[in-house]
Amino acid sequence: MSAKTTTSILYLDGVSVSFDGFRAINNLSLVLEPGEMRAIIGPNGAGKTTMMDIITGKTRPDEGEVFFDGRVDLTKHDESEIAMLGIGRKFQKPTVFESHTVEDNLVLALAGPRKAIPALFHRQTKAERERIDEILQTIRLTARRDELAAALSHGQKQWLEIGMLLAQDPKLLLVDEPVAGMTDAETEETARLLREIAQTRSVIVVEHDMQFVRELDVKVTCLHEGTVLAEGSLDQVSGDSRVIEVYLGR
Amino acid sequence: MITRFLAGGLERRINILLAILVAAAVLVPVLHLAVPASSPLHMPTYVVALVGKYLTYALLALALDLVWGFCGILSLGHAAFFALGGYAMGMYLMRQIGARSVYGNPDLPDFMVFLNWKELPWFWHGFDHFWFAMLMVMAVPGLLAFVFGWFAFRSRITGVYLSIITQALTYALMLAFFRNNMGFGGNNGLTDFKDILGFNIQADATRSALFAASALALALGVLVTSALVRSKYGKLLIAARDAESRMRFLGYRPENIKLFAFTLSAVMAGIAGALYVPQVGIINPGEFAPANSIEVVVWTAVGGRGTIIGPIIGALLVNGGKSWFTGALPELWLFALGALFIATTLFLPKGIVGAWEEWWKQRRERDGRAPMMSARNPIESPAE
Repeated sequence: MSAKTTTSILYLDGVSVSFDGFRAINNLSLVLEPGEMRAIIGPNGAGKTTMMDIITGKTRPDEGEVFFDGRVDLTKHDESEIAMLGIGRKFQKPTVFESHTVEDNLVLALAGPRKAIPALFHRQTKAERERIDEILQTIRLTARRDELAAALSHGQKQWLEIGMLLAQDPKLLLVDEPVAGMTDAETEETARLLREIAQTRSVIVVEHDMQFVRELDVKVTCLHEGTVLAEGSLDQVSGDSRVIEVYLGR
Repeated sequence: MITRFLAGGLERRINILLAILVAAAVLVPVLHLAVPASSPLHMPTYVVALVGKYLTYALLALALDLVWGFCGILSLGHAAFFALGGYAMGMYLMRQIGARSVYGNPDLPDFMVFLNWKELPWFWHGFDHFWFAMLMVMAVPGLLAFVFGWFAFRSRITGVYLSIITQALTYALMLAFFRNNMGFGGNNGLTDFKDILGFNIQADATRSALFAASALALALGVLVTSALVRSKYGKLLIAARDAESRMRFLGYRPENIKLFAFTLSAVMAGIAGALYVPQVGIINPGEFAPANSIEVVVWTAVGGRGTIIGPIIGALLVNGGKSWFTGALPELWLFALGALFIATTLFLPKGIVGAWEEWWKQRRERDGRAPMMSARNPIESPAE
């Protein structure tokens, strides 16, 4: 396995997966460098979410290689292990623990031991409390920390989930459509938040909102039918004739 | 560590409940034994036995609530763990009969003599000792739940599929225990008990002691459950109930979180069963009947799942109602039970305790007192 060592944080090569004969991912290759933020665009059914499923261990690829941090073969680990390796994921539909308070959502996400029985006797440390205060500040939910997550607006749930990712402190974040259903002001705020996060981590953002992608100002990969159609700056990609044909429209 | 853990579960309502249970454990035996039968305060034997039985049901309902209400595992086979605990106690009580049995065989229970067995099966050994039987009361249901849960949760069986296999589990056990060859007395089960720890099982003092033990076991169950659900582990339980796959992507293993609760719950159910058997004087395979497990679900739903007090209130009320109903209108009881479950589902989805909490919250808001949550943080977020 040492022969495969790369310097990249995420390395996908020749990955394919089919569901009932449908090739959701077809010979996909993608490399992400440490500290890089990448935006993934593409039409519906291009395989964006399936790609995230493969990276996070929810789906096993039929063929191809998926390496994390240059050496860990992700196809050999399940969701929990991959999360513990340092890959965090935000879902398309905001998924938070609705019957817990905003603060408790962060408490559960906070990096630390994940065993069942020690959790019985867990006491919050000062460092943990401070970290949670800090994250609440970042995601601007300090005032609502004691409210149930179910009571948050859609945009605030998205932020809470991003806050949970921060608490989890992963090396690589996969963020699926973070601004779907957000107002313009919220979208702008989210772009700011993600750029802040990307200063210390690698991030993959899947997004349809081209305005938002422009705001992120990062390298863009366009997927189509489970494979990479174009890669480069947003202007390059959006100028590509094939991208215009399948995705942006003429 | 344990003390601090248990103290974490204390809150006002739990304290009141614990006080009532401990008071009952003291007062009922006094009213039963010390107050003369002529006094209106005297507690007759049948009431002590009946309420004592209800308390074991309440502990069973609390055990179910731990997995159903807090963790979303709708077990339709919890009476199986109750019955296994009951059988372990029943085996001890059988061994205490000794030569006083009908056949008078000092080494074998009557049903084995009847079946022409020459020696005690290996799995009956040790049950002469109370401590061993008590260990088995907890270990047998706990081990079964652990093995069952280990496979079921690892295979990610959830929801209605899990409910169905728990139902199948209790049904399979019922069929197995009905067989004479199993060595647990077949369809007659275990009965005709004489004494427990050397005390006559029919004596008033013994009944009072069993009542007190049931009340204290329930109090302990309340204390442990309450501490558990208020710890960080309790938050994980609720998280596993609401968004299991989200937990995985945070690095947790929801199957382990569930497995611990399921096993502990089975142990609690086993203890409840062990206290039930000496008070009713019999354990037979009918206790494994699927309908029994479903009744436990009804008690819990009526009282209010996801609360500590709910299942206890539900078990006491529904069983009180059952005792009255089966006396007054026996043929209508099952219809009443069915109607009760439907009515609860339609009109009181959170049960009696849940509805009461809602009503209380609304009243406080109407009275102009802001709910506690926003009172602590009156400033609204600027991000809104």
